Amino acid sequence: MTATPVSPTESELGRSRKRKEDARLVTGRTRWTDNMTVPGMLHMAVLRSPVAHARITSVDTSEARRMPGVQAVVTGSDIAQRQGSLPCAWPVTADMKAPPAPAMAVDTVNFAGEAVAMVAARSAAEARDALDAIDIDYEDLDVVLDIESAARDDSPLVHQDLGTNRNATWTFDSAEAGTGGDVDAALREADIRLDRTFRQQRLIPAFMEPRSVLADPTGEQYTMYSATQVPHILRTMLAMTLGTPEQKIRVIAPDVGGGFGGKLQVTPEEILAFLLAEQLGRPVKWTESRSETMVAGHHGRDQVQRLSLAARSDGTVTGLDVKLLADMGAYLRLVTPGIPILGALMFNAIYKFPAYRFSCTNVFTNKTPTDAYRGAGRPEATFAIERMMDELAAELDMDPMEIRRRNWIGHDEFPYTTVAGLTYDSGNYEVATDRAMEMFGYQQLRDEQLRRRQSDDTVQLGIGISTFTEMCGLAPSRVLGSLSYGAGGWENSQVRVLPTGKVEVVTGTSPHGQSHVTSWSQIVADRLGVPFDDVEVLHGDTQSSPRGLDTYGSRSLTVGGIAAVHAADKVIDKARRIAAHLLECSEDDLDFSDGRFAVRGTDKGVAITDVALAAFTAHDLPEGVEPNLDAEANFDPENFSFPHGTHLCAVEVDTGTGGVRIRSYVCVDDVGSVVNPMIVEGQVHGGLAQGIAQALYEEAVYDDDGTLTTATLADYLVPSAVDLPEFHTDRTETDATSNPLGVKGVGEAGTIASTPAVVNAVVDALRHYGVNDVQMPCSPQRVWRALAGVRAGSSTGSESGGGLGSIDSGGGFATGASGGAR
Amino acid sequence: MIPAEFEYVAPSTVEEAVRTLDRAGDDAKVLAGGQSLLPVLRMRMADPGLVVDIGGIPETKGVREDGDALVIGAMTSHHEVMRSDLVRQHAELVALATRTVADPQVRHRGTFGGSLAHADPAGDLPAPVLAMDAEMVVVGPSGRRTVPAAEFFVDYFTTALQANEVLVEVRLPKYTGWRAHYEKFNRVAQAWSIVGVAATLLVRDGTVAQARVGLTNMGATPVRARGVEQALLGSPPSGEAIRQAAAHATEGTQAGSDASAEADYREHLAEVLTGRALATAAGG
Repeated sequence: MTATPVSPTESELGRSRKRKEDARLVTGRTRWTDNMTVPGMLHMAVLRSPVAHARITSVDTSEARRMPGVQAVVTGSDIAQRQGSLPCAWPVTADMKAPPAPAMAVDTVNFAGEAVAMVAARSAAEARDALDAIDIDYEDLDVVLDIESAARDDSPLVHQDLGTNRNATWTFDSAEAGTGGDVDAALREADIRLDRTFRQQRLIPAFMEPRSVLADPTGEQYTMYSATQVPHILRTMLAMTLGTPEQKIRVIAPDVGGGFGGKLQVTPEEILAFLLAEQLGRPVKWTESRSETMVAGHHGRDQVQRLSLAARSDGTVTGLDVKLLADMGAYLRLVTPGIPILGALMFNAIYKFPAYRFSCTNVFTNKTPTDAYRGAGRPEATFAIERMMDELAAELDMDPMEIRRRNWIGHDEFPYTTVAGLTYDSGNYEVATDRAMEMFGYQQLRDEQLRRRQSDDTVQLGIGISTFTEMCGLAPSRVLGSLSYGAGGWENSQVRVLPTGKVEVVTGTSPHGQSHVTSWSQIVADRLGVPFDDVEVLHGDTQSSPRGLDTYGSRSLTVGGIAAVHAADKVIDKARRIAAHLLECSEDDLDFSDGRFAVRGTDKGVAITDVALAAFTAHDLPEGVEPNLDAEANFDPENFSFPHGTHLCAVEVDTGTGGVRIRSYVCVDDVGSVVNPMIVEGQVHGGLAQGIAQALYEEAVYDDDGTLTTATLADYLVPSAVDLPEFHTDRTETDATSNPLGVKGVGEAGTIASTPAVVNAVVDALRHYGVNDVQMPCSPQRVWRALAGVRAGSSTGSESGGGLGSIDSGGGFATGASGGAR
Repeated sequence: MIPAEFEYVAPSTVEEAVRTLDRAGDDAKVLAGGQSLLPVLRMRMADPGLVVDIGGIPETKGVREDGDALVIGAMTSHHEVMRSDLVRQHAELVALATRTVADPQVRHRGTFGGSLAHADPAGDLPAPVLAMDAEMVVVGPSGRRTVPAAEFFVDYFTTALQANEVLVEVRLPKYTGWRAHYEKFNRVAQAWSIVGVAATLLVRDGTVAQARVGLTNMGATPVRARGVEQALLGSPPSGEAIRQAAAHATEGTQAGSDASAEADYREHLAEVLTGRALATAAGG
């Protein structure tokens, strides 16, 4: 057999390939869930509670049932038995207290926005109209909003049957774990003890594509299309929650427009659409309005953080004690109670703290449930410790970067086992920092800052630092097991070389903006030596991609991509056996490069694409080799990956107005080896935008009745490109040692790192006036109040929004207020 | 986000629009550019039975001169207003304020008159129009009438317009040769003003001969800062004179507290931003 010549390919890894996905996604000529219509489809609309905590005393749906086009009106009591309880896959402690979590409230509502009824109608407009005709009476119960008072024994209760608002308390103590010393001793013996309280405001993921579900019961399998990050988890959880046999359920995540953790969920509406379609025997589609996203999609963050840090007078930190209160909202969703725990192992960050203790109490309130949001626990931890390092520097009158250098892990100390018990495999904080300081012009900015201070300039300059690391690439299954998580952290891939030599890659990860199709094509093209354009990547459908654990926690490349590498390597191994057979030589005599097996020392060889055809025809295969050239691999990582980087931010604070403008932002990230630098750059930019948004703009605000007052994008201030500075980014590459590509995650890095850099800069600009904290988001009013010292400490967050002009915009979603007690 | 059902008509003349509104009574809403009304409808904060789209009426569009007056048609888009050579020459303050409205998409759809008739206290155009002593030309069933800007803005989202009347044009005295600045303070680019200050000055021989100053979002309606204007007259438009004039900024204001700012902060901003608006105008 003669080999077809294969042109040598330029190395695919490290190449800024344009994204295969973009033409479809950018033009919208694609398969968003809401774009889909199937025969006989009905539209679903959901009525939501206008009140935060109340007993439902009467429900009247008779008028709604008579509305044009209405096929069904369903209330909580209609499905009370069938709906089960929404799953929580992370029971963080054995004695965790968890209330039942119905998809639709039956007799009590626990947050404003909770589903109380649903309508199926022929058109979306008819379904929406019918909501206004449903009459529900509520009898008010005490509303529990503030997490600190909710955590106290004398607080009114969210869930009467639990007898407490405290869900669980999770603790870690380095002295008990044997990973470090005793924090109390460290605090007692410290030269310097710093106590600070920080507030992580509540955020809303605000993905661009609203959540959307199409449930179709008309085939042999029950098919659910959903704008989800987690089709595989959703399928299993639908089966476990509803008792429908798993093999009778197929879940498809078509193109999904953003998630940021907000679509890492098994949502009430997915359950409700499933049940409505099941009841009617017809397909049902639900797509939410933006205001529904805001009130009913899960929120993120929302913690009160109390930190005590012990240090010597030379700046060496000797111990850290962390006490958190974390707001669960009204119910536990998929991984709600575990989110703060993801930060538990990160408060020590890149530092060699000898003693560490962590305690987090999870608290229920009458607010929208919280769950994963970009970074999930790690931004909170990073913010708190990076703020503390700046506070320590100020206390000791040292340069804040010098404080960090004094405490961080040296590049020659890796692998390093931290006081939290994690082993950081690699890193080089010195190189990333030196590069960032050079790009930033650190000393010149310090000089300018001094000049502005001396001249009492109206515009003051502040410089903020964040030297961060994070644990991502979720996750080693054994570690998840030790944290009581309900699943593993492996990933699956199949690589199939088709008879024509083209390649299909199946991945169990599920993209919603991350460019898996492009990156996986590059990885497999590089491995197999085939053209980039000859590789197709299949994902997001439990039928074509039967095994996987989906996309979150910056895991896709470091876990899912490595599974693809292993599957490709298995394909090559099999091809080698067949090639040796075809070329009548020993496997050991074959070299494989650029897609071709060559017999060493001869001009004989065969392309892998021809091997694929031979494997397909199967006319002449070696003994024991099965037909077809394909392979499957499951990969369970041995460790997390630990991206790190140095972020530097300069802000100008207008002391006249309190306005903050980012003057300069530099970051040097180390995410290990890079498959596609352009995609990494995009991830960093988006991440920075979201982290800066927490620092300066975004906040979910509730009024005293428990109504979300930031329920539109006119009130919840998501910054646009105009509001953000030019980002100056660079990278260092210190390979991860835990995977063959040397890659780490990048999806969350920018978000985790940037928030403290910005807030540290704001505080730094005002430090000489005596300001040592500004609560997030650092709105102009908060900065002004901090500066003026007016009503010190009173800014608790009612003034964050932007306002739909001056219109009261609290009522953007349909509510069943008519005839109610209010 | 689906509005409640409504009828839609798009009359081609002002008279037809007025007749339609007159028949409909309180059940109609006027659609100009739709940049405020459509969100309100989609969120079901209003559910009119009839929407009368006046955006296509030719006689309400465009900018022209009429003797000593500059006339801006009510249905002229923000984009056209800010690009108009006539507006820039004779009413620079209007052009500058319009440039700060929302984003390009909104400025292409939204209209000058629609924004004024909406009378959002946080809107950027009422304050300049008030400060510049504009006259609002209104057509109703009994014909045309002219309402001074000072009487046009009545309360939050409330003007002197009756339900059966349409704002057709805005007549401004010419401020040819005046310097101007609109100082807008907001948190993100697409957000409404927390406070805005509209200032235009006529400077002769190094001193302020005339001044007009209006404030955005310092009460239920735009506020004319007459104290500031008076204090400036005869002074050089710089330093200490501006500082002293700006100290009058909050006279007659009734700043509210809302999601974006509390009243005392608004009052502080009004003074600071007035000083900046005057200084920038004077320097321009």
